[in-house]
Parts: sequence; C-alpha cells; structure tokens
Amino acid sequence: MNRVSAAQAMALLYRRDLVLAFRHWDQVFQPLLFFAMVTTLFPLALGPELDELRSLAGGVLWVGALLAALLGLDFLFRSDQADGALEQLLLSGQPVALLAAAKGAAHWTVCGLPLVLASPFIAIALGVPFSALCAVVLSIALGTGILSAIGAIGAALTLGLRRGSMLLSLLVLPLVMPALIFGARAIDAAVLGDSARGPLLLLAAMLVLALTLAPFAIAAALRISAE
Amino acid sequence: MNWTWLHKFASPPHAYRIAGRLAPWFGWPAFLLIGAGLYGGLVLAPPDYQQGDAFRIVYVHAPSAWMSMFIYGTMAVAAAIGLIWRIKLAHAVAAASAPVGAWFTVAALSTGALWGQPMWGTWWVWDARLTSELILLFLYVGFIALRSSFDNRDRADRAGAVLAIVGVVNLPIIHYSVYWWNTLHQPSTLTRLGKPTMSGDMLWPLLTMLFAFMLYFGAVLMVRLRAEILARERNALWLRAEIGR
Repeated sequence: MNRVSAAQAMALLYRRDLVLAFRHWDQVFQPLLFFAMVTTLFPLALGPELDELRSLAGGVLWVGALLAALLGLDFLFRSDQADGALEQLLLSGQPVALLAAAKGAAHWTVCGLPLVLASPFIAIALGVPFSALCAVVLSIALGTGILSAIGAIGAALTLGLRRGSMLLSLLVLPLVMPALIFGARAIDAAVLGDSARGPLLLLAAMLVLALTLAPFAIAAALRISAE
Repeated sequence: MNWTWLHKFASPPHAYRIAGRLAPWFGWPAFLLIGAGLYGGLVLAPPDYQQGDAFRIVYVHAPSAWMSMFIYGTMAVAAAIGLIWRIKLAHAVAAASAPVGAWFTVAALSTGALWGQPMWGTWWVWDARLTSELILLFLYVGFIALRSSFDNRDRADRAGAVLAIVGVVNLPIIHYSVYWWNTLHQPSTLTRLGKPTMSGDMLWPLLTMLFAFMLYFGAVLMVRLRAEILARERNALWLRAEIGR
C-alpha cells in the first residue's frame, strides 16, 4: 500500500468535501438565499432611499454575509461525525491540523465564495457606486475567510451538542467582531471615495493570523469532540 | 528540581483543604481594605474640579474593569495548564473563575453606564472601552454557556479550555480594533507610566480598592474552588472521610 502524503490527503479531502457539497445543491444555495433575503430586509425596514442605503451598505453587506456564513458553519463537521468519517480522519495518521485546514478551505469554497460572488450585485442594489465594488468583493472575501477559519473552531467545539447551532453563534460572533469593524469600514471608505487600503490590509493580516493559528485549535477541538 | 509539591497541591484533597484554609486569609483583608478604600474614596478624597462628586464611581468602576480582564487572563492560563498537563484542578480553577469575571464585567459596565449619565448625558455610548468590555462579557458568557452544555465534565473542561485560549489570543485584537473604531473615552488614568494624572489623595483609595478587589477575587475563588471540588469528587472516598470528620 502506498502512503499518502499530507498534501495529497488535504487535496483528497478538499475534493471529497466539494463533491459531497455539490451533490446537495441546497447546501450551497441556502446561505446565498439567506444573504439575499437578509440584505433585502434592510431596505424594507429602513426605507428605499438609495442615498441613505448607500451610507449603510457596508454594515448591511457585512452583517448579512456574517449571518449567512454562520448558517453554513453548522454542517461543517456534523455529517462527518454522524457517518463516522470524522473518526477515520482523526485515526488516519495525517496531521489533523492540516486536514482541518482543508475542510475549512472546502467550506469557504462552498459557503463563502458564493457570498463573495453575490456581494457586488447586492452592493449595487444598495446604491454602492461601481468604483467601490472592488473593495466590496475584497472585503467580503477576506471576511468570509476569517469567519470560516474562526467559525470552524466553534463548529468543532459545539459538535454533537444539543442546540449546538445557537451556541455556535454565541461563541463565534464576538470573535469575528474585529473583522466586522474593518470590513465594514473598508466598504464605507470606498463608498465615500476614500482609499480602502488600510482596513483591507488589516483584514488581510487578521486572515493570515487566523489561517495560521486556527487549524491547531480546530484540531484540538475535534479531538475533544470525537471522543 | 523537585516538583512533587506541585502534584501534591494539584490533588483534590490537598487543594480542598488548602483552599479552605486560605479563604479567610484573602477574605478578611479584602473586607478591611474595601472599607478603607471606600472611606478614602468617598469621604477623604476631594471632589474633582470638573466632575464634582460624580467621579467617585471610579473607585468601583476602574478596579472592576481591571478585574474583568485580569480574571479572563487567570482563567485562560488555568485552562491552558489544565489542557496541556491534564491537571483537573486547573480546569476547576478556570470554571470557578468564569462567573466571578463575568460579574465584574457586569459591574464595570453598569457603573460605567451610571457614570456616563451625568458626564456624557447618556447611559450608553458606543465608545471603545465600553464596547470592548461588552465584547469581553460576551466571551465570558460564551465560555460559561459552552461549559454548561456538555453533560460530560471532562469534555466540558477541555472544550472550554480551547475556547478560553482562542479568546485570549483574540482579546488584544478585539481591544485594539474597537479602540481604533472609536476613541471618545477619556485616556486611561492609571496605565500611564511615570506620573499619574490623578493626585495622590485621589489615587491611594483607587489602588487600595484595586488590591482589595484582587484579594476579594482570591477569597471567592477559594470558596468556589471548594464547591467545584465537592461537585467533581462527590463520589470520592476521601471526601466522605473529610466531611464525616
């Protein structure tokens, strides 16, 4: 039997997760629909004036994307735990932190990337000028990345708990508030015609930090949950 | 180096007895110092030239805010020790500290609101320190909620420990991001090195209260730790002997 290297294992796991996710299209579409609906609630609640919506667009986009991505986090490890695949992964002898990173990356591709692709359309609907769309896409892309990394820790910790999804939001939301601050500020700056560079760079730094440290926390949490 | 004393302390029967013996040594000085600090702060200290008597709430507010962060740090260090060296007593310390820390956070927030009313004309402002204190409260509540949702105490210990460590890594990020987000709050009076911006007769009661709150935390922690040990070791033989005595 030939041995599989850690990189190969990561690639296999990533592909497996994508195949599984795209066989259940509802899993991909539900967060997206949720994102569209939450961002529709704001114009309905606040009034249809584009000038007003434009000044709130950063916050609306970010809150919508955070909640939608949070919704998707719930299935990250749950089905794997239910069918025993998670235990096999832990017993496979591959570094669990790297496997966790691969699972997080797959989750971002399934849950985060559609939100990123949808964000410019929703931004236009909220009156964001074309010149700011680049900042919107970058900000949501970095933000959903951070949420996938930090959220996976929460998902691993609450795995197998009753009412786990509510608890998951309680655990994860305070930890991603810094990302919300800078992400929404980047969009606001771009909408006002300023440079969004500073907040975007800070957001990117947070993403790098989260990608570096989160896999170890996810691995530790998975080991605890799989006992 | 001989580490047996540490293992001895980490065993529940010894910790139970030592905590019981230490509690009054923390409790009584805390009681006396809180009395002295309150007398100094509320009676002896002169009123502030700008804020009048309203500033006196600082004697509860600032030590509470300091304790809320100090206890989170204590909790995270204890949780990390428990997770790394698998010392159950350290997990018990973390579990016993969390509600105390959360309550100090509530105290800091509510005294801050009471102070804000006369000073800023509003109960709540979305300023940096109030907001980061609020997020700290969310972190405490998350830790307590996560722990309480496990039936298995061992899993609760270790899952809570991972969360506490993640939180403590995040805490400076949260603090600075919230600080940059909004800076309306007056600059801190204590952390400034060199000469403090408070005059001496206002400062000593504040430091006394801070020290007293630390001692109070020590006393409450000892009592709560005993309760934790009682709950964890309720079937142990030593406990039956200890209580039957």
